[in-house]
Amino acid sequence: MSISVRNVSKRFGDFVALDGVSITVAPGSLTALLGPSGSGKSTLLRVIAGLETPDSGSVFIEERDMTGRRPQDRGVGFVFQHYAAFKHMTVFQNVAFGLAIRKRPRAEIRKRVAELLELVQLDGLAGRYPSQLSGGQRQRMGLARALAVEPSVLLLDEPFGALDARVRTELRDWLRRLHDETRTTTVIVTHDQEEAMEVADEVVVMHRGKVEQVAGPRELYDLPANEFVMTFVGQANRLGDAFVRPHDLELTLEPNGTTREAMIERIVHLGFEVRLDLVREDGERLQVQITRDEAEQLELESRQIVFVKPTRQTTFR
Amino acid sequence: MNARKLTLRAIALGYLLVILVAPLSLVVWRTFAYDASGAWKALSDPDTVHAFKVTLEAAAVAVPLNTLFGVLCGLAIVRRRFPGKGLVNAFVDLPLALSPVVVGLALFLLYGRTGWFGSWLNGHGYQVLFALPSIVIATVFVSVPFVAREVIPTLREIGDEQEQAAHTLGASSWQTFWRVTLPSIRWAVVYGIVLTTSRCLGEYGAVAVVSGSIQGKTETATLRVQEEYENLNTGGVYGISLVLAAIAVTTLILMSIVKPSEERY
Amino acid sequence: MSERAGAALSLGFVTTFITVVVALPIAALAWSASKKGAGGFWDTITNPEALAALRLTLAVAALAALTNAVLGTITAWVLVRDDFRGKSTMNAIIDLPFALPTIVAGLLLLTFYGPRSPVGVHLAFTRGAIFVALLFVTLPFVVRTVQPVLIELDVEMEEAARSLGAGEATTFRRVVLPNILPGILSGVTMAFARAVGEIGAIVLISGNLPYRTEVASVFVFLRIQSGDPDGAAAVAVVLLAISFAVLLVVGGIRRFATKHERP
Repeated sequence: MSISVRNVSKRFGDFVALDGVSITVAPGSLTALLGPSGSGKSTLLRVIAGLETPDSGSVFIEERDMTGRRPQDRGVGFVFQHYAAFKHMTVFQNVAFGLAIRKRPRAEIRKRVAELLELVQLDGLAGRYPSQLSGGQRQRMGLARALAVEPSVLLLDEPFGALDARVRTELRDWLRRLHDETRTTTVIVTHDQEEAMEVADEVVVMHRGKVEQVAGPRELYDLPANEFVMTFVGQANRLGDAFVRPHDLELTLEPNGTTREAMIERIVHLGFEVRLDLVREDGERLQVQITRDEAEQLELESRQIVFVKPTRQTTFR
Repeated sequence: MNARKLTLRAIALGYLLVILVAPLSLVVWRTFAYDASGAWKALSDPDTVHAFKVTLEAAAVAVPLNTLFGVLCGLAIVRRRFPGKGLVNAFVDLPLALSPVVVGLALFLLYGRTGWFGSWLNGHGYQVLFALPSIVIATVFVSVPFVAREVIPTLREIGDEQEQAAHTLGASSWQTFWRVTLPSIRWAVVYGIVLTTSRCLGEYGAVAVVSGSIQGKTETATLRVQEEYENLNTGGVYGISLVLAAIAVTTLILMSIVKPSEERY
Repeated sequence: MSERAGAALSLGFVTTFITVVVALPIAALAWSASKKGAGGFWDTITNPEALAALRLTLAVAALAALTNAVLGTITAWVLVRDDFRGKSTMNAIIDLPFALPTIVAGLLLLTFYGPRSPVGVHLAFTRGAIFVALLFVTLPFVVRTVQPVLIELDVEMEEAARSLGAGEATTFRRVVLPNILPGILSGVTMAFARAVGEIGAIVLISGNLPYRTEVASVFVFLRIQSGDPDGAAAVAVVLLAISFAVLLVVGGIRRFATKHERP
C-alpha cells in the first residue's frame, strides 16, 4: 500500500476533527477525500503530510512508519489551496526550491525545472513573479514545485477551491491527464462531489471526522452505504423511509396505480436535462430529472398537476 | 517542547529582563528602601509642584492641538490630492527621527531675539524663549506625529466606501464626517492621544534648550529631575522619577487596552 | 458653511500648522548654519571636538541599532510564534522606552550600571554606558516593525518549504527572512535615527567628557549654552540631514517591499 492510515484521531480543543480514521491508498491511484467543511478531510491530509500531528494512530507511507516524522522527512509533495507561493522568488526559483536545497548541480536543476514548466504549460514564464501570474497559473506552479523532488505521494488540499468555475473544470481535467502520465500516488481533498467523481479512481467520503464510505465513483452513486452518502453524493428525494434519485422518478400525466400527485412549481432548463421542482399537497417537495426530449413530449407547464412513481429506491435500516 | 523554541524564548525574556525590568525594579526599590521620606519631601517642594504644573500645562495645549491636527491631516493625506502632500508627510514624520536638541536649537533660532519670529515678538513685548510659551511650542513640535500616524493607516484600511454610502443616502460632508468617519477612527485617535500625552510628559532635550530651566518658573518635571541631580538631592531625583515612571507604566497599561486591532499581536 | 469652504479651511489649517510648527523652525536652522558660508560650515564641523562627538555618536548608535536588530527580531518571533503565560505583559513592557521620559531612563541606567550598581557593573563615564543607554531607548523599534510583518506572513509558505524538504534553519533563511527583511531594515534605520539624536538617557551616565563620552547632541547643547548657536547649528544640521536621510530610506524600503505585492 502506498499510504496506510491506521486509527488516527485528532482534536482541536473541544472539536473532534478525526475520530479513529483508517484508510489505505493504493499505489499509483488518484484518491479523493470528499466531505462537507468540518468533515476532517483537510486535517487527514495534513496528518498524512506531517503538517499536523495526530493525538493517536499511525501513518505509513510506502510501508514505512512516518508517525512522528517531520514533513521534510516524509517525501510527500503538498499543494495548498491558496498556492503558498514563495512570493519573493521567481517561478523558476519556486519550482527549483526543493532541488536547490538538496544542493543539486545547477545544470540538473535547470533541466528539470524546464521539463516541469513544460509539463504544466508554464514554459516562458520562468522569470515572472507569482504576483504577476493568474490563480490557475500559480496553482500549476505549485504543482510543478511539488513534483520537482519526485515525491512518493502527492497531496492536494482543495487545489482548485480559490479559482473561477471555468478554470476549475479545466484544471480538473488537466490534473487527471497529468496523473495518468506521471502515475504518482495522489490524494486530493475536495468538498465538490462533482470534482471527486470526475477525477478520482476511488473516493473516501468523510463526515464529522469519520469515514462514511470508500468506493469508486460509480459504486458510490449507485450503492451508497448510508443516508449521508446518498444525499451528499448526487441529489435524492425522500419518500417516507426511502430515498429516490431524481432521474428514478417516472412522470405521467394520468394517475397510474401507486403514483403520487404533485404540482409543478418550477421548470428549470439545464441544457440537456430538465429539472422539475414539484410540490405535493402536504407541502413535501420533490425533484424530478428528465431529458429535454421527454420534457418536450409531455409539453409540461408550470402549475400543472402530474403524477410520479419511483422506478428505483433505496432504504437504509 | 523543543529546544530551539525554549532557547529563543529564554533569550528574549532574558534580554528584556536585564535591559528593562531589572533597572526599573531597582529604582522603585531604592526609592522606598533608602529614601522614601526624602522623596516625599522633594515632591512637596513648591518648585517641584510648579514643575509638574508646567509639564501639565504644556501637555494641555499640545494634546488637543495635535489631536485636531492629526485627524485633519490624516484625512487630507489619505483622501485628498494637493500639491506638497509628500512634503507635509515628511515634516509630520520628522519629529520621530529628529534629535530633541536639534528641535530645541531650531526653535531657539526662530524665536530668539534675532530670529525671524523672535525679533517681531520680542519687539512687541512677547517673550517666547526662557518662558512658558517656548516650552509649549517645543512640546507641540515633538508630539506632532502621533495622532496622524495612527489615523492614516486606519483611514487607508477602512477605505471610503462607508462614506460613499452615506453620501448616496443624502448625508452632507459634515454629517458624514461626524457620524461615519470620526466614529470609524475613534480608537486610533484615542491610541494616538495616549501616545501624544506620553510624549509630552516625557519631553526633555528640546525644552532643556529653550526654557532656560529657571527654577520655579520654566522647569518641567523632566528638567526638575536633572536639577535635583545636579543639586545632589537624591530624594528629589528618585521621587520625581518614580512619579514619572508610574505615569509611564500607566501609559503602557492604557496602550495595551486601547491598541487598535491591527496592532494587536 | 459650504462643503468646499470647509475642505479648503481644513486643508489650509493643516498646511499652515505644519509649516509654522515644524517647517519654519527647520528652515531657520538651515539658514543659520549657512550664514558663515560653506567654508565656515566645514570648519565648524571639522573642529576636532565636534568630529569626535559625531564619530562616537554614529559608531555607538549603529552598534546599538544592529544589536537590537538581532535581539528585536528574536523577540518579535517569540511574541508572534510562541505562547506562554505573561506573554501579553512582555508585549506591553517592550514599549517602556517609548513611554518613559528619557531623563528617567537615564536615571534607571545610572542606578543599575553606575557607582552603586547591584550587579557590580560600573559603566558610568564610559562608552559602554552610552551603548547600554542606546540599547535601552532603541529596544522597541525593530520588535514593533517586525511583528506586523511576521503576522502577515503566510505560514503556508513555510509549510510548503518543509514539505519540500527544507529544515528549520533553511526555511528561516530562504523563506522567512527575505520576507521580514524590509521590516527589520525599517526598524533598524529608525532605531539608528533615534539613537543618533538621543540626549536624555545619556546625559547623566556618560559624564559628557569631550573626546571620550561626549555625543553629538550634548555637543550641540553645550555650544548653545556657551553662546555659540551658529556653531551649534552646523553640527545640528548634520544631525538633521541624517534624520531626513533615514526617513527617505524608510520610505524607499516601504515602496520596495510592496513591489512584489502588486498584482
